[in-house]
Amino acid sequence: MSEEIKNNPSAQPDKMETLEENQLFMTPGQIVARQFFRNKLAVFGLVVLIFMALFCFVGPLFSPYGETEIFYLNPETGEEIYMSDSSAIASAILNAKAKPSLAHPLGTNESGHDVLTRLMYGGRISLMVGFVVVIVEMLLGVTMGGIAGYYGGKVDMVIMRLVEMFVSIPFIPLMLIISSLLISLKVSPQDKIYYTMFIMGIIYWAGVARMVRGQILSLREMEYMQAAEATGIRTSRKIFRHLVPNVMPVIIVMATMDLGGVILMESTMSFLGIGVGMPYASWGNMVQSVNDNVIMRNFMNIWVPPGLCILLVVLAFNFVGDGLRDAFDPKMKR
Amino acid sequence: MKQYIIRRVLISLVVLLGVSIMLYTLVRSMPSDYVDLSTSANVKMTDEMRAHLREIYGLDKGIVEGYIDWLTSALRLDLGQSLIFNAPVTDVIGRYAGVTFTVAAIALVLQLLIAIPLGILAARKQYSATDYIITGLVFLGLSLPTFFFAAVLKRIFGYYGLDLLPISGMLTARVTYPDHMTWAKFLDYAQHLILPITVFVITGLGSMLRYTRTNMLEVLNADYIRTARAKGVPEHRVIYSHAFRNTLIPIVTLLGASLPGLFSGAAISESLFAIEGLGNIGLKAANMGDVPYLMGYNMLLAFLTIVGYLLSDILYAVVDPRVRLS
Repeated sequence: MSEEIKNNPSAQPDKMETLEENQLFMTPGQIVARQFFRNKLAVFGLVVLIFMALFCFVGPLFSPYGETEIFYLNPETGEEIYMSDSSAIASAILNAKAKPSLAHPLGTNESGHDVLTRLMYGGRISLMVGFVVVIVEMLLGVTMGGIAGYYGGKVDMVIMRLVEMFVSIPFIPLMLIISSLLISLKVSPQDKIYYTMFIMGIIYWAGVARMVRGQILSLREMEYMQAAEATGIRTSRKIFRHLVPNVMPVIIVMATMDLGGVILMESTMSFLGIGVGMPYASWGNMVQSVNDNVIMRNFMNIWVPPGLCILLVVLAFNFVGDGLRDAFDPKMKR
Repeated sequence: MKQYIIRRVLISLVVLLGVSIMLYTLVRSMPSDYVDLSTSANVKMTDEMRAHLREIYGLDKGIVEGYIDWLTSALRLDLGQSLIFNAPVTDVIGRYAGVTFTVAAIALVLQLLIAIPLGILAARKQYSATDYIITGLVFLGLSLPTFFFAAVLKRIFGYYGLDLLPISGMLTARVTYPDHMTWAKFLDYAQHLILPITVFVITGLGSMLRYTRTNMLEVLNADYIRTARAKGVPEHRVIYSHAFRNTLIPIVTLLGASLPGLFSGAAISESLFAIEGLGNIGLKAANMGDVPYLMGYNMLLAFLTIVGYLLSDILYAVVDPRVRLS
């Protein structure tokens, strides 16, 4: 209703306009959304993310090839042979490092996989890792940070020391060790990624906890919390009904930014060979081909697209996170 | 203040102890130890010889016993012998820290020199085209995967591209240089370090620039800036002597926090460009199960991280008299 009046001020000229009708009423969510969509970079990020999500999760349905499918060539006719065609394979050569063509828009890599198809499956892994790690770290971080900030005293002391310990352990050496542990436990490459995600979440919670604690500490002193205290409601209700919703904006922004960070970390690990392993694709291990000088020089279609995908997705998460931060902050209104 | 520092130092010691326990447990629970890895190719090795080697390297002890041994000698500043280098860990760290530190320090100075002026510029012209371009570049730097960026730079400037710059190592292998530093040797070092430092600067620039911009914006909206402008103070003076000085507070604390980064953040970049630094060796040590070096190196990083936090808290109180530590 108010929306209508705003858009069309002369709709009811006869009616005496009261003060309320002159004003545009928006819920806090609507205000945030409006601020967010005004930010061009943030909208760009959102569009990129939607596109990438479709590309990675819907794209494979339209791709004629599988993630680990290998292509061969008939050496005489130059005809392409599929992996499933076992009778022809005996005399075939590997269709490796094929130039981009209609059948393979981004060519094939050194093992004869279709690059475009692997790009889609690799993106699935990257996005999934990002979301799972962030969910794990947020659950742990918000709970621990909330407890530390709310109760203070000894509990706070212990949790914050734990946070400091986790923050001071260098990440890459740690992941190297954990990766070799997983290999020795005979975890299959496919399952390894789940363990890795879980462990990354456990390592990353410390940063979240530190921030949530800081927020809760300042909120706890506010008058509305004293009022909540006076009503004598349960502690859990005070925390989850009154404190956490007020920390929510900060949590959402941090989660968005961390999504980018985690994807960057995962791709770095896969690049180093301690993340997702062959034959499965991840953007990180696809860039790994660049270690071969021939591929670096002559087959940019193999290693540049996955690198650009990482860059684009991380950039998009950062833009969206930054846009959300500005949108949530009433001081940033322009 | 004094009491605060003493308490913080004591707490930090407890944290370090916790970190060392966690690290030692992890490092020792690696499936194949140094003896397995270094003798796996040698068919003449018997299990008894391996057991003997383990005894020599101190790998035969359990985790608890081994940790206590490590801790007692570490408290006497003896970090043990690095297994792959066959030299005291402190010597190995001392030998390679110089390179890592030099590269990181140059990169940090360059970052500051670029980030602060650009951050101020972006804040002064908030929401202008300049601001958007700078912000866009900041996020580009933040989002660049180090390994991909390094590969692109190598492809463009390296031997297979424009052939302008060397892409790995520290010195040209074919040239023999005297042991002491000469001008030609220095230039060769410098040439080899251009690409790695570029990677460091570009990927690390973002957060610092962002930080400068945010804090500068906050200061520029303060009342005393309005007062200064109302008094008719020239804009130049408003920005540089009134606003910028107050932006320095958070930047100083940021410097404290980047202390560990000077020694650590480089493991991947170092190995990408084959620079013989602490991080690169750290990766090798992790692959080879070199327990003493891994412990020494990682504990050094943990120590620096904690000192960095402590320093930034204390610096904060020093530069901002409103902050009272208790």
